[in-house]
Amino acid sequence: MMQNENFAYFDEGAKKEIRRATLKAVAIPGYQVPFASREVPIGRGWGTGGLQLTLSLIGKEDILKVIDQGADESVNAVSIKKFVQKTTNVRCTEETSEATLIQSRHRIPEVPLTKEQIIVLQVPEPEPLRDIEKSERKTKALHAEEEYSGAWLKLFEQIMMHGSMTTDADHPVLVNGRYVMAPSPIPRFDNKKMNQSDALILLGAGREKKIYAVPPYTDVQSLAFEDYTFRVENFFGRSCRLCGSTNTFLDELIEEETKKLYYQCNDTSYCMSLLNEHDPIDALPKEKEVLKHV
Amino acid sequence: MFEAPLLQVKNLSKIYGPTCPKCRTAEKETLIKNYCASCRTVHACRDISFDLFEGEILGIVGESGSGKSTLMQCLYFDQEATTGEMILNHETDMDENLLTVSARKKRFIRNNKFGMVYQNPIYGLKMDYSAISNVAEKMIAAGNRNVREMEEKGNELLQKVNIPSFRVKDAPEQFSGGMQQRVQIAKALSNHPPILFLDEITTGLDLSVQANVLDLMKDIQVEFGVSMIVVSHDLAVIRMLADRTLVMLDGKVIEEGLTDQILEDPQHAYTQQLVYSLI
Repeated sequence: MMQNENFAYFDEGAKKEIRRATLKAVAIPGYQVPFASREVPIGRGWGTGGLQLTLSLIGKEDILKVIDQGADESVNAVSIKKFVQKTTNVRCTEETSEATLIQSRHRIPEVPLTKEQIIVLQVPEPEPLRDIEKSERKTKALHAEEEYSGAWLKLFEQIMMHGSMTTDADHPVLVNGRYVMAPSPIPRFDNKKMNQSDALILLGAGREKKIYAVPPYTDVQSLAFEDYTFRVENFFGRSCRLCGSTNTFLDELIEEETKKLYYQCNDTSYCMSLLNEHDPIDALPKEKEVLKHV
Repeated sequence: MFEAPLLQVKNLSKIYGPTCPKCRTAEKETLIKNYCASCRTVHACRDISFDLFEGEILGIVGESGSGKSTLMQCLYFDQEATTGEMILNHETDMDENLLTVSARKKRFIRNNKFGMVYQNPIYGLKMDYSAISNVAEKMIAAGNRNVREMEEKGNELLQKVNIPSFRVKDAPEQFSGGMQQRVQIAKALSNHPPILFLDEITTGLDLSVQANVLDLMKDIQVEFGVSMIVVSHDLAVIRMLADRTLVMLDGKVIEEGLTDQILEDPQHAYTQQLVYSLI
């Protein structure tokens, strides 16, 4: 078997190509830059875009955090973390504030990101107009001509059929007043975190071979009509069963035995750190007990 | 005193192929119909000029392959004309050749000044979106961001074209051909465009539905005062709708005049044949 001896798996030329695409993406906020998406040892559609960005960016000093839908311990997050660690030997963390590089699938962490951090989001479908127009050549022209009625039409149709905008995730955003962008399937709750973000946000779609970016302090506006404003998920009156948070994105779960609904923070590391902070000694057994049911 | 035309088209040509010295000359004697046998170029539209006045319906007749639809597509920017000029005199002074402006400007003109009804509703509608959304699409494209306003306007237009109110939220793929055509008409009218392009709108519809659609177009002309360009190979449609008519053959306009004049006293041999074959 051949041994891979490169730092961060890719050869330097490959990393350079990805970084060049990234630089272009940062220079044109929201514009999808094509790149030569490479083979990595995970399947297309399992975060290869994000992984390639991470590998091209990571340095020896970096501290990496990988999350999958808010969880640090999910299989996909763990395998990506292990792979990067094996090829780079960098330190991994679950603490959001400690990480310098965060790769995430479909969530932006609850802890506000800082200007020292970069968040990499995994993207399944980078084209916000794809539902409306199948041809890539045509969607490229639509972006060039700033013709976004297709994205608006989709929202209009939702209002006509259901009485409100019903995108549960991946609600399209207007970046820097120019490009309409798919924010990756983050919940609407996270859209506002993209606006004027302190951290650099990079988005990578491996299967679709596109990289795009929201540079720090860029306007990111969720699409909405004059009389139908953009609304985030409503957790009014609900709180996390573990830490009691009322201002986080909550998962709705069903307890097996009692069939009762309960809510829990989607961002596991945030929830955990809050628990530790409040009740450093008692937190652990109490949590263990609860987790047994989950 | 003469009225200034709303839309002027001058020497519009659409050529598919490389062209050669033989077919580039004015005589074009190597052409077989509109096809150059030596370089395999199709001259779909050749030097077409006409004026369209406010509130007027201009008919274009001709056989299949005479370039009628290509002409319409060039005017609506679905295709790029090879050469020629198009000047629109509406509201703001637009003294420029619209065939050579930027793609963005073309889109603006298309969304705000023109309406199009295609022969096949598949080209003009999103079949899996509700009828009301289809009508709203044109308004969204023109910059409207108010849902209530667009919904009201859309309902009003769909009612005007006789789509029952309980079906406005159904998708056109569930509609009959005549209904689809009427949704297209409502969509084309949604921004009050000064000019409508109608490409064989009654082809494929049965006679009673045809009459229905034609009546509707007449009403719309009276009510909104829009100018229309009506392409058809059916002289009955032209006779009923058009004030003036162009006759096209092999990509050229071979005869033009008042519709009655052309139907009663055709001058060109082809027009004579066309008119006599009607009965």
